[in-house]
Amino acid sequence: MNMKHLAKRLAALMAVVTVLALGAVTAPTVAQAQQVNPTAQSVTEDKLFQALQGDQMVAGRVSIPDDKASGLIKPGNKSWAGTHTGTVRFLSIAAVVSAVVVLALFYMIRGRIMVDGKMSGIRILRFTAIERFAHWLMAGSFIVLALTGLNLVLGRTLLLPLLGEGTFSTLTVWGKLAHNYVGPAFMAGLLLSFLVWVAHNLPNKVDAEWIAQGGGLLKKGVHPPAKKFNAGQKVIFWSVTLGGAALSFTGVMLLFPTLAGTQADWQLYQLIHGIVAAVLSFVIIAHIYIGSIGMEGAFDAMGTGEVDLNWAKEHHSLWVEEVQAKSGDKSISTKGAHPAE
Amino acid sequence: MARMKFLCDADRCIECNACVTACKNEHEVPWGINRRRVVTINDGLPGERSVSMACMHCTDAPCAAVCPVDCFYTTDDAVVLHSKDTCIGCGYCFYACPFGAPQYPKVGNFGTRGKMDKCTYCAGGPEADMTEAEYVKYGSNRLAEGKLPLCAEMCSTKALLAGDGDIIAEIYKERVVTRGYGSGAWGWRTAYGDAINV
Repeated sequence: MNMKHLAKRLAALMAVVTVLALGAVTAPTVAQAQQVNPTAQSVTEDKLFQALQGDQMVAGRVSIPDDKASGLIKPGNKSWAGTHTGTVRFLSIAAVVSAVVVLALFYMIRGRIMVDGKMSGIRILRFTAIERFAHWLMAGSFIVLALTGLNLVLGRTLLLPLLGEGTFSTLTVWGKLAHNYVGPAFMAGLLLSFLVWVAHNLPNKVDAEWIAQGGGLLKKGVHPPAKKFNAGQKVIFWSVTLGGAALSFTGVMLLFPTLAGTQADWQLYQLIHGIVAAVLSFVIIAHIYIGSIGMEGAFDAMGTGEVDLNWAKEHHSLWVEEVQAKSGDKSISTKGAHPAE
Repeated sequence: MARMKFLCDADRCIECNACVTACKNEHEVPWGINRRRVVTINDGLPGERSVSMACMHCTDAPCAAVCPVDCFYTTDDAVVLHSKDTCIGCGYCFYACPFGAPQYPKVGNFGTRGKMDKCTYCAGGPEADMTEAEYVKYGSNRLAEGKLPLCAEMCSTKALLAGDGDIIAEIYKERVVTRGYGSGAWGWRTAYGDAINV
């Protein structure tokens, strides 16, 4: 090692010492800064919770390539859970139970609503094949959807103890698949029935009279006039149309969560879906009752599509007049009023 | 029996993500699923803190309350587990969870996401302890081996604590008293209904 090299090293050492010495001069300011509590400004959960408004969440940044994982704590999710297991479950039970109780009482007091005059034997066309197709497409799919949907809310309480975990799980998996794939059939039926019936379901003066007389539901022999649909049927039509539209929209959003947006949106849609379904179930149970065991001759309208003339005159007098005026009265009277003697 | 909890001391977490990696490796967690993640709050700002978060194994777990097929159960150690055989993959538990713990192997529609997967507190599932069947569905069962969750066990700064709630709360309190500050036991109020007051 020569002297030149040694001198170079010495110079380097001197430089380091000088830098350190200079550093010591500036050190007090650094030390002062260090005396401050380094966490004075640190975020605390309490502060973040206080800052939270509504249903927001404490969120930050994650290094894993999934932005959705950046949420840390979202206390509001527990309130969704509370509503789902509380309000939605209660409403679902209440809808079904109250519908059955109310209808059972109605049946006991009023009995089956009979045709006052005897059946005439004359049949007139009330619903065309397209109308009946729309109705049954919607009705069939609704029943599948309602039962599989109710299973998601109440099955755990009602069916699980009976079937056991394995069987109930299998049933619910199939029910869930049915719910997903039958949904579009319901939407198609809903759209079709809206198109064929909306013109007949606009409210008018006749409805006020029908409502004033209680639809003739409560008293025997009372038959307020009605066109193709009476006010009660219009209520069902609009409940199904609006409720069905809400169910369809929220259902599609739940099926395709990425379309819907954030978790808060899914929760909202799920609650709307559950509550509307419960309310609509009540309406539909009442509708099924009056269309089957509740009223003599009513089922034919959706069964064969043809109803008895006397039934039609009692329940849809103005509509019968319209039909007769259109067809010149003849097609009806020749259809079986005077069978071969 | 102990009441198992997680506690992340955010004043110690250095966001190394080793807990995330260790968890994935220990349980052979499927691609796309992170049972544990590290979230950095106020990133790049004064007071930045990182918190390692997974299923907190809540008291009165909301996931268990909303599950339509009742696939959740709580062990004697208060660990919230679920049966993948019973799970129908509906996603309700994900709606209900305040910590984003439930995850699904597939990104898809309602019911096509596959069976839910989440942190098991390294305690497996309903299958017999330490069996192949249990490992395939839920990962390893360290609790049955007498060990604590790996994420906490291997944490280099001991930020993430796992164990009996009372004991880890005591450790945390001692730290806070000693060093004079603490940003809180993140998630405890939401998960267990009580925060740690020092």
